[in-house]
Amino acid sequence: MADSRVNIADLDLINPVLTASGTFGYGLEYQDFVDLGQLGGVIVKGTTLHSREGNPYPRMAETAQGMLNCVGLQNKGVDYFCAHIYPQIKDIRTNMIVNVSGNSPDDYAECASRINELDCIPAIELNISCPNVKHGGMAFGTTVEGATSVVKAVREAYRKTLIVKLSPNVTSITDIALAVQDAGADAVSLINTLMGMAIDIEKRKRVLSIGTGGLSGPCIKPVALRMVYQVAHVVQIPVIGIGGISNAKDAVEFLLAGATAIEIGTANFLDPAISVKVVKGIDEYLDKHGFESVKDIIGICE
Amino acid sequence: MKKYVLDLKVTSVESLGERYLLLVAINPAGRLPKMFPGQFAQLRIDESKETFLRRPISLHYVDYKKNEVCFLVQKVGKGTASLWEKRPCSTLNAVLPLGSGFTMPTSPQKKVLLVGGGVGIAPLLFMGMELKKMGVRPAFLLGARSKTDLIRLDAYRAQGDVYVTTEDGSEGEMGFVTQHSILQIEKFDCIYVCGPKPMMVAMAYYAKSTGTPCEVSLENMMACGLGACLCCVEDTVDGNVCVCKEGPVFNIDKLKW
Repeated sequence: MADSRVNIADLDLINPVLTASGTFGYGLEYQDFVDLGQLGGVIVKGTTLHSREGNPYPRMAETAQGMLNCVGLQNKGVDYFCAHIYPQIKDIRTNMIVNVSGNSPDDYAECASRINELDCIPAIELNISCPNVKHGGMAFGTTVEGATSVVKAVREAYRKTLIVKLSPNVTSITDIALAVQDAGADAVSLINTLMGMAIDIEKRKRVLSIGTGGLSGPCIKPVALRMVYQVAHVVQIPVIGIGGISNAKDAVEFLLAGATAIEIGTANFLDPAISVKVVKGIDEYLDKHGFESVKDIIGICE
Repeated sequence: MKKYVLDLKVTSVESLGERYLLLVAINPAGRLPKMFPGQFAQLRIDESKETFLRRPISLHYVDYKKNEVCFLVQKVGKGTASLWEKRPCSTLNAVLPLGSGFTMPTSPQKKVLLVGGGVGIAPLLFMGMELKKMGVRPAFLLGARSKTDLIRLDAYRAQGDVYVTTEDGSEGEMGFVTQHSILQIEKFDCIYVCGPKPMMVAMAYYAKSTGTPCEVSLENMMACGLGACLCCVEDTVDGNVCVCKEGPVFNIDKLKW
């Protein structure tokens, strides 16, 4: 059987399959369906320095082959996470990675430094790409200056593996990726959701409470794949591919495009056990085609 | 409660008028897990180009002897409509049991009222069956637009007394459930409600004004059904909470209605 291990900087993954923030809770919600120890990692829901109620309902609209959401980073804050969630997840035998968001570079850095103290959290994913909050989030991820300022601030406060999650809602994602790399990121993950809208023709109103939301699901996969390919060809750090990955074939496409690992997001809603099925499917692909290691297919697509 | 993804096998598909479907399925792989009234399943919708997510459908009843679970489905959009394509022996992929159900009354002496409107009557049958098992004879107060929208009345009558309102007066008392005379005549110890939001709000108001404990079952739009995505939240006294996990059944004291 092929070797499925990969590395994201100092992080050892037993396989390249992670679950995406905001789609997998704290992992606990999926334990009835998935042996979390069989995953490369779990990226838990977005955490901020202070608690956030998120946006009002409705927060979701279904689309063809996807969905829009405008949850808006609802969470109880980093102190609550450290005191109440961390004890429940620290013994899960996989890489438990915390997604961190904020309103200012100082916010991000403060939140990251608290998580730096947690022994069983080996990495954070910095969310500079949430389209559903008024301040911070995507505002930082859409300019080179904004991305640089946040990543630099966090890099000073955070000593473990730092992954930065990029927004696709930009003119040149490679410019942002390079800036983030220069500011000290250990890896980039992409893409976050694409900004979209839905309208109810009977009510003649926009469906989502804040008018717009982030589009996810299979419908965004071609865009994500293109961006992963472009970024992987310019940066020196590992790239984690995200965007509509729903099966092993999708995952292999991202690996071939240059992703060292992948995250499964919205597909968890359709099949709560999909993540381990993708792990198995990648193994089968490698064996079928005679690859000794998953590393042998990363970025080999011309 | 442990949750499962099951490939159920459809045993019966029955159209009830143009808008309702009764779908019965067994678990061919083993015993169905224990489930409670008010809980729901996330049904996978296949081969629909315009829909994407699963559909949350409440448990109409569970028969452990036959190892079968039944869903009463209303045709709302393309997703639910595609369930009309199911045939005996079709696979019905379901994630279940989800959410928290109704709180059972503390003693068989309690006078219990189950109020349903439209497809909201669905979980009340399961509730009525469980109440009957514990020795409670519940009263059902069921509302519909018209006589043709009143479905499965015999199944409800087998569990308890059934009172009916229709908006056009074609059966039972004319008007809304909140206007039914039974609410003036009888005093109930607890009330359980599932139906359109205006109906639930009106019943919650009645329950508060009479000091009667009351639970309602909400149907906010959901994505994951597991408490992971935070899409289906209701604004409660405890802040935004997931209807799929903390609910769908809530005591009205928790709601900001």
